[in-house]
Amino acid sequence: MTSDPAMDLLMWARGPGFQIATVVLLFGIVLRIVEILALGRARDLAPPKASPAQSGLRTVFSRFLPRHGMAMRSPVIHIGGYLFHAGFFIVLLFFGPHIQLFEEGFGIGWPGLPSPLIEAVTVISMVALVAVLIARVRDPVRKLLSTFEDYAVWVVTFLPFLTGFMAVNKLGLPYTWMMALHVLSVELLMVVLPFTKLTHAVTFLFARYYNGWVNGRKGAAT
Amino acid sequence: MSHGRAGAPELKDSLGATPDALADVLRRRGVSRRAFLNYCSLLGALMALPPALVPRLAHALEGARRPSVIWLSFQECTGCTESLTRSHAPSVEDLIFQSISLDYHHTLQAASGAAAEAAREHAMKENAGKYLVVVDGSIPLANPGYSTIAGISNKDMLLDTARGAAAILAVGTCASYGGLPKADPNPTGAVAVADLITGKPVINIPGCPPIPVVITGVVAHFLAFGLPGLDDLGRPLAFFGERIHDRCYRRPFYDRGLFAHGFDDDGARKGWCLYKVGCKGPVAFNACATVKWNAGVSFPIEAGHPCLGCSQPDFWDGGDFYQTLAIPTENVAGLAMGAMAVGAGAGAAVSALNTAKRKTAKKAHETVTIENLEKPKEKAET
Repeated sequence: MTSDPAMDLLMWARGPGFQIATVVLLFGIVLRIVEILALGRARDLAPPKASPAQSGLRTVFSRFLPRHGMAMRSPVIHIGGYLFHAGFFIVLLFFGPHIQLFEEGFGIGWPGLPSPLIEAVTVISMVALVAVLIARVRDPVRKLLSTFEDYAVWVVTFLPFLTGFMAVNKLGLPYTWMMALHVLSVELLMVVLPFTKLTHAVTFLFARYYNGWVNGRKGAAT
Repeated sequence: MSHGRAGAPELKDSLGATPDALADVLRRRGVSRRAFLNYCSLLGALMALPPALVPRLAHALEGARRPSVIWLSFQECTGCTESLTRSHAPSVEDLIFQSISLDYHHTLQAASGAAAEAAREHAMKENAGKYLVVVDGSIPLANPGYSTIAGISNKDMLLDTARGAAAILAVGTCASYGGLPKADPNPTGAVAVADLITGKPVINIPGCPPIPVVITGVVAHFLAFGLPGLDDLGRPLAFFGERIHDRCYRRPFYDRGLFAHGFDDDGARKGWCLYKVGCKGPVAFNACATVKWNAGVSFPIEAGHPCLGCSQPDFWDGGDFYQTLAIPTENVAGLAMGAMAVGAGAGAAVSALNTAKRKTAKKAHETVTIENLEKPKEKAET
């Protein structure tokens, strides 16, 4: 314990907090994957019309692109979605302090991007997240389909960007507080990831492969 | 900002004589008016005063009577005193320091024992309500016997001396935040000055040690304009308003992602950013990167060593000096493997339950025939 509650919180976030978050994240992801895979599927005795595995693999990659015509029908969701996802990985993987974290954890590092660029990407990602949220709320169909969980995961995804940006730019609370809140917000994201729609970070691979596989068996192109 | 001259007028030194104005003392010591004004400009620039206030600072300082200062040293290493007295004498800062009426300082004063304590009591009586108390070192609360001066516990001496003070300057990280004596597990129950003082202004001037010109700068500000503006940790904003990282000459390397990964690699030789060898510049608020040390020669980062963040509370307990604040303090590899194994186990158990449930359901399943779907005749009649 120190006399500075901000430092105490930061030290907790870097120590026990990070341990808890890592354990929950990995436990949850493995649990979900095993559960999903062990569900199994009834044997399909019909002979496949095309190579299902090939179709499955192709679909994993082909669905990185929007379906024909969809991008024009809902441009905000598509452009915002791409910007956010690209921004998320750029900021996560190419900010100096983040690389330091990976280097410490996995023993490998890589060159980072200039911090002004990282900050610009952060702002673009936040704007994209706000845009997709507005698009969600303003569209009656999407609004009807949205549940509490959808808004909750939006907040949990947005917070690491916001707190990180504020910490780096000395906004709001003193730096040590912001840094602690930033680490905690990421830990919150790690904890909820396996048990919400955010699981798609892992399950998208299985879902896409399975879709492609089924369609491949039927001889349908995807 | 108050422009009064708190603590300045009608002071008496330990011999009871009305002290000379600061300007007279400096002149007698051979400090030219030009050098004095230079110092005022430097201070003005450091404290980000508007240029128009610099003549006012000079005027106020010139006319200031030598303030009576009682310097209390508790659980400390004397590094703060060394920082000030051995800074780069003879300098104007040094002379300003010598020009205060230092009525009690157990490292520097000639008197000892009862005579020394008498000097302190005399100064307190003569300048009641006007003297400055400077404290270096933390105060042990676990046992008063851990640190005593003339048989008086640190806590008693601080509370007694602070009672009649105009303000208290906590010099160094120990006095400001407890510092090294308070490091985990804090065997002496050390606390900071501000933890014990209520109802008096306490100015924290942290650092291990603090920069000499910051100490004299705060004294000068206090004489000229009164209390300086403080941040949330009680530090004068003029000197502790920005992070080392904000003013570091190696910042462009950080921004470009160019880092030293060790103390003898290519990056270190090229003078790249020391973030990855644990630099705490991004969390440390201090003036090292602008004021520098040893008469402006350099500061730790310039000498190739990462900032330890010594002006931050509990810097000693902030994890490894040579690791950044961005990385976890605990190794999670073992836990991670364990978590995945338990996750797989739990997944298998849930799946087994699901399979069993499916089998039971399959067993309980009855084939539906066309007869089942027909309405029973007796029921249809009723």
